[in-house]
Amino acid sequence: MAAVAPTPPASDGMVVYENVSKFFPVRVRLGRKDQPELMVALDRINACVNKGELITLLGPSGCGKTTLLRLTAGLIEADEGRITIQGMPVTGPRKDGCMVFQNFGLLPWRTVMGNVEFPLELDGVSERDRRATAREFIDLVGLSAFADHFPHELSGGMQQRVGIARALMRKPILIFMDEPFGALDAQTREQLQEDFLKIWSLTKATVIFVTHSIDEALLLSDRIFVFSTGPGRIRAVVSSPLAAERLDGDIRTHPEFSTWRAELRQMLRSDSP
Amino acid sequence: MSTIESTPRKSVPASQPTLGQRIREIVLSPNSIRTLSVAAFFVIWEYYGRRMDPIFMAPPSAIFNAALELLQSGALRKAIVESLWPFAVGMALTVIFGIAIGIAVAQWRLVEYILDPFINALYAIPRIALVPLIVLWAGLEFAGKVTILVSVAVFPIIVNTYAGIRDVRGSMLEIGRAYGATESQIFFKIILPAAIPFIMAGVRLSVGLAIIGIIVAEFFTAISGLGGMIVEYANVFATAKLFVPIIVIALVGVVLTELVMWLERRMSTWRTLERDRF
Repeated sequence: MAAVAPTPPASDGMVVYENVSKFFPVRVRLGRKDQPELMVALDRINACVNKGELITLLGPSGCGKTTLLRLTAGLIEADEGRITIQGMPVTGPRKDGCMVFQNFGLLPWRTVMGNVEFPLELDGVSERDRRATAREFIDLVGLSAFADHFPHELSGGMQQRVGIARALMRKPILIFMDEPFGALDAQTREQLQEDFLKIWSLTKATVIFVTHSIDEALLLSDRIFVFSTGPGRIRAVVSSPLAAERLDGDIRTHPEFSTWRAELRQMLRSDSP
Repeated sequence: MSTIESTPRKSVPASQPTLGQRIREIVLSPNSIRTLSVAAFFVIWEYYGRRMDPIFMAPPSAIFNAALELLQSGALRKAIVESLWPFAVGMALTVIFGIAIGIAVAQWRLVEYILDPFINALYAIPRIALVPLIVLWAGLEFAGKVTILVSVAVFPIIVNTYAGIRDVRGSMLEIGRAYGATESQIFFKIILPAAIPFIMAGVRLSVGLAIIGIIVAEFFTAISGLGGMIVEYANVFATAKLFVPIIVIALVGVVLTELVMWLERRMSTWRTLERDRF
């Protein structure tokens, strides 16, 4: 890559962030008048996500981690800097980058099958072909018996499995996950984390995963982007010490787990004034 | 850690109701109470109806005979056709215009700002006040009846379609955007299905108003159809006959409303169930 940008991060860059900033308009009260102002949500983010990596964006609410995810997904535009995916600037949502939503984002009038086939329906794939593909992914997430059920007939964990199956339909190179397990109870969350790791290891997709849970970040990631808040910045990039072992069972029981967790917590805490 | 000894039970047998309980259940079921209530009403009506001046009141038996007479002479059939035909056309136009205007106003700010003063003004005026004007423009016949019906019945559909589309949450639209749906795909696959329960509720309200609309139209315009029949028999104090079109209208109203409610339930199942969940 030519050295056009100030500090181009060196990598084979699946996703490259170069001085990415995002501002949101807010109203500040000055005396008797409301003065419009721009709040800095993300301030000059420079980072790089390698192909096939699972990256978590870790930080407290309001640190801009979800904003960075939405920028990458092309749902909103950066005010400064640029984001490239495989060298191409992000201009909008891409068909090979799929989203898993915090509140599952299912269409309540569609069955599991109807929701999972939705992306291919948008692409104009014939009903027979898209149903066959959807069947495959519904099986993969373990919902074979529920294809004809409506979202409101499923538990939260099952609904998010539907969300994951839908995200896989286009065989994406990138999966964006916005606190996907945040709304689930503890047991369900652990089960989904494990299952998701297995599924991910089969797909080889690059994953950007937003979370505010230190455990989740440690469990899942290759690398963790630790955010600081006000303005949102990446304070540190931590290579997960447990990445190599995460697929081999419950790494929560790893002797070093609590040490690493304490270290990350310290990193997040030293942030607040 | 201690373990639990007994085998877990997945279900236990429910106790069978006794014969007495079953009989009580049938006798006190909502439908048997409804039937009983209506039967008692007719008995009391028959009893007192016979003792009153036939100019003011007719008992059910006299109304039944009048109905048979009107059926045999073909007058009732003619009146029903005269009412139902403009009703069907008017209702179809109401649904088409109502949904189209509702969508246009909800989807385009410009259309909203242009149209909403008129919609609000027309909504505020009792449409019956406009009947003489409509008669002046659209005439006393078919076109007049249809116009009056549409003017009375169209508003709930406009308002509900608008509310239904505006109610679609941003997060719902984001699903479409994140998966790269085009504007028209977002409209047809997300916005419209999400608004269907609202639109159907609007149609249900509109059916009730449309029945009022057609009868009012027939009172004021060409004295024809079931509304015309009422006016005609009232003028000559044929009270037994007067009740026949009223009962037909009541029956048609109940059947139509039930039909629309059934449709509404079918198309909105997901919404009710989703609501029950939380």
